[in-house]
Amino acid sequence: MGKLKKISGPVVVADGMTGSKINELVRIGKQRLIGEIIALKGDEASIQVYEETSGLRPDEKVESTGLPLSVELGPGLLSSVFDGTQRPLEKIRSEAGDFITRGIEVPSLDRKAVWKFEAKVKNGDTVHEGHILGTVKEKNIEHRIMVPAGVSGKVSGITSGNYKVTDVICSIGKTDVTMLQKWPVRTPRKSESKKDIEPPLITGKRIFDSLFPMAKGGSACIPGPFGSGKTVTQTDLAKYSDADIIVYIGCGERGNEMSEVLSEFPHLKDPLTGKPLMDRTILVANTSNMPVAAREASIYTGITLAEYYRDMGYAVALMADSTSRWAEALREISGRMEEMPGEEGYPAYLARKLAEFYERAGRVVCLGSKGKREGSISVIGAISPAGGDTSEPVSQGTFRITKVFWALDSSLSRRRHYPAINWLKSYSLYSDVLAPWFAKNVAEDYDAQRIEAMALLTKEAELQNIVQLIGPDALPDRERMVLEVTKMIREDFLQQNSYDEVDAYTSLRKQYLMLKTMLHFSHMATRALDAEVPLSKIVSSPAKVLISKLKGVPEKEIEHKVKEALASIDATLSS
Amino acid sequence: MIHEFQTVKQVFGPIVFVDRVSDAAYGEIVEIVMPNGEKKKGQVLETARGYAAVQVFGQTSGLDVEKTVVRFSGETMRMPVSEDMLGRTFNGLGEPIDGGTEILSSEKIDINGSAINPASRAALSDFIQTGISTIDVTNTLIRGQKLPIFSASGLPHNDLAVQIAGQSTVRSKKGSDKQDFVVVFAAMGITYSEARFFTSNFEKSGALERSVLFLNLASDPSIERIITPRLALTAAEYLAFEKDSQVLVILTDMTNYCDALREIAAARQEVPGRRGYPGYMYTDLSQIYERAGQIKGKKGTVTQMPILTMPDEDITHPIPDLTGYITEGQLVLSRELHNRHIYPNLNVLPSLSRLMNQGIGPEKTREDHAGVASQLYAAYAEGMDLRNLVVVVGEDALTERDKKYLRFTDAFENRFVSQSRTENRTIEDSLTMGWDLLSMIPEDDLKRVKSDHIKKYLKKPEKPAAAEKA
Repeated sequence: MGKLKKISGPVVVADGMTGSKINELVRIGKQRLIGEIIALKGDEASIQVYEETSGLRPDEKVESTGLPLSVELGPGLLSSVFDGTQRPLEKIRSEAGDFITRGIEVPSLDRKAVWKFEAKVKNGDTVHEGHILGTVKEKNIEHRIMVPAGVSGKVSGITSGNYKVTDVICSIGKTDVTMLQKWPVRTPRKSESKKDIEPPLITGKRIFDSLFPMAKGGSACIPGPFGSGKTVTQTDLAKYSDADIIVYIGCGERGNEMSEVLSEFPHLKDPLTGKPLMDRTILVANTSNMPVAAREASIYTGITLAEYYRDMGYAVALMADSTSRWAEALREISGRMEEMPGEEGYPAYLARKLAEFYERAGRVVCLGSKGKREGSISVIGAISPAGGDTSEPVSQGTFRITKVFWALDSSLSRRRHYPAINWLKSYSLYSDVLAPWFAKNVAEDYDAQRIEAMALLTKEAELQNIVQLIGPDALPDRERMVLEVTKMIREDFLQQNSYDEVDAYTSLRKQYLMLKTMLHFSHMATRALDAEVPLSKIVSSPAKVLISKLKGVPEKEIEHKVKEALASIDATLSS
Repeated sequence: MIHEFQTVKQVFGPIVFVDRVSDAAYGEIVEIVMPNGEKKKGQVLETARGYAAVQVFGQTSGLDVEKTVVRFSGETMRMPVSEDMLGRTFNGLGEPIDGGTEILSSEKIDINGSAINPASRAALSDFIQTGISTIDVTNTLIRGQKLPIFSASGLPHNDLAVQIAGQSTVRSKKGSDKQDFVVVFAAMGITYSEARFFTSNFEKSGALERSVLFLNLASDPSIERIITPRLALTAAEYLAFEKDSQVLVILTDMTNYCDALREIAAARQEVPGRRGYPGYMYTDLSQIYERAGQIKGKKGTVTQMPILTMPDEDITHPIPDLTGYITEGQLVLSRELHNRHIYPNLNVLPSLSRLMNQGIGPEKTREDHAGVASQLYAAYAEGMDLRNLVVVVGEDALTERDKKYLRFTDAFENRFVSQSRTENRTIEDSLTMGWDLLSMIPEDDLKRVKSDHIKKYLKKPEKPAAAEKA
């Protein structure tokens, strides 16, 4: 046991700490505040404290626990709200009131809840780590209880029945196994092997799915200045992505936004299953005014929970909002330890830590499944660059790793073009990988449409430069036609209203049909111009109104309405 | 448990190092007795076996290393609270300066507050009518929100703040039964005349007796500014969460607060971040701004309206930048509008209220609100682009449609944005005005408002609508 020597903000120094290890958890002072050892020098340890340190004095005791910072895994995680070190916020509220006080010890998983366990192996079976021992129905998910890491042998004493998470469900060799298992957050969970990334993560947002698709197991980043819509985009992705499990990390962000998610999600239905969204969601909420060290831990807590469900064989999507706040926590702690600063005061190991985090995404063959079970984690990280300038270290470190870049643009959000994703700056390196999937599951020319739409939008940017100089009248009709079509694509396709019941989610089929209609308009208009139909006649085609209304057409009626629009195009534009 | 030490070893700017102290608590409040008997308050910034670093609230001139006595109080900073605070004026350290008595109360609260458990926060949804069209229609303020005013030197942000404080009411479904706001006002480093402007206006409107004022003026010690907003928010939280009041907190000027923060960081020889501000400024600011909101099951709310002057009108400067990342939107004032004598000179394009969608719509304001706001934005943004274009190509090169947008943009600024300092518009009036303006642009372009709302609210221009629809 050691004693405090120095206290300065969230980092404290203790001496008499011989025998402790890096990343070991300690308890500090009378209130038993939680801290983690982040540096050792002789018998002195630097400790980052996960709770407010005011009131601590020199010579207060520091107890080692011998354990690294870990999370509790088991049934009961879904629809919970945790802080950065997996303390259950609802429980803390009922025990300690509306404000977060210090030194509260509440187990992450409910010890009293009883779960119906159904055994999937028999006594006498030989099992290895990762094998599924049995299942529990957690919300609407089949929660698969796996053999813990490092355990293998013959199963004994297994029976189906009702258990609490700490009850022994069976023995493997000489080890008693409970549903509750622990895992250190800074160590990635093991898998059998990594796989190539394939099916898309369908988001229901047209600009993503149709132009810059994300893959299950992929990594994406959303950088943008404040007010450009990062959080709205992240929560939209959490609502509508076709993942089995969502882990949403509110890392150093606003408390009122977390309450918005908390009050909204239980009432929203998953567009695919019709079940409440909260049932598949885990929230990690460490708002900006909660302790900085816990903010640093929050993304590791989140991704470890995600890995746990991945290992069961699920597609997990993780949203981290915002990784910049995590990096700032890292910077603050590094500064308090008087480490040599790198660029903009961030520690020199920032880029490595970012890479390690994003590399925990991916599609894997689950451990112990002999190739039969697959899971994935898709990571979508928001970045809040200072002043919106992405030349800073967090953005640059992230760009080097992530494969999808959704560029938020404040000039679009200022004109209330949402989602305010700049189509000229964004990219997805998964477009080519996913093209065969789209061809097989949506339409043969899905990718060809994407390429054509992008070409038109790029052309528009060139033409806009000219218009800025000489006015729109100076352009030839053919080019003014391009501007008409791209205006249609921008306003009637790319813009999507998250607050409109129908428009908030668009299926891939509907996205395809909408874009197809607009491109058909473009083809027919070009042909009409060739046949010397005057531009004014094309521009006033009533088909345009039909097209602009497609976004509000419910999924059931879309085939019919698209047919009407196509017919109207053909009728009014054929010469 | 009070310990006295006469072992000051070093004085460095606002920081005093006290030797041979072995058990000062981090954040503990100390009293410093100078050789001439004068007393100052201070707070422990760093404590270790053998020394403590203390930040002094006030001038350190006159301090010495021999005779100065430092008394450790054994407590972190607490403030007595009661409803008697209403109508009172305090200095930046919470001491009465209106000639009245100290606040006597057995209830003392830690001024740093604690984070509201995210699971305890109520979702915010109550519309506040400020009577100002550009706020109510396009950047709606919601009860419990933190919405800063981003201004610059020489702009009338104080007028706007006073008008908002005076006019704000919460509209319930039944019409306009008024729910008054209690105003907690914290001044940090503003001039006497600015402070006087606020107090005399509060006096005039009768709001003074429902206000609590904390004044740290430009002539007062800058380090006090670290404490002032925390005192104000402690008072606000008490009034809101213990006494069920609707509290509006005005913090001005946050730029001076941040400069005080930088001063301390520099004195502690910390590694500076952008523009010399400390790397933890985001965390520090969030501990102020996040003290707004509503708690489930409680009636009171804390709404914050911090004011900051952007150095060189640069919105990417660390102070507005970090603020914008924490607050739920921002109201940006424009020099250009001000120069054209448009008041309030609120530039709606970079302004934003993030919570707007939760507080508008049927039963809250009106069913067409969201559509009108969005359409006004889109049209104004387009008009502003055209204004730039006109400069280059001249108005003749524009199409008829473009000219309509230009006229819309002028009317938007002169009628919708502009209003007098005493003009209190209802949300219905503001929306009606919005529709009037929208009738100036082609109806086909009104894609953001629902068609049944167009039928219900749009005034048809002289031309019959049938001609346009074909």
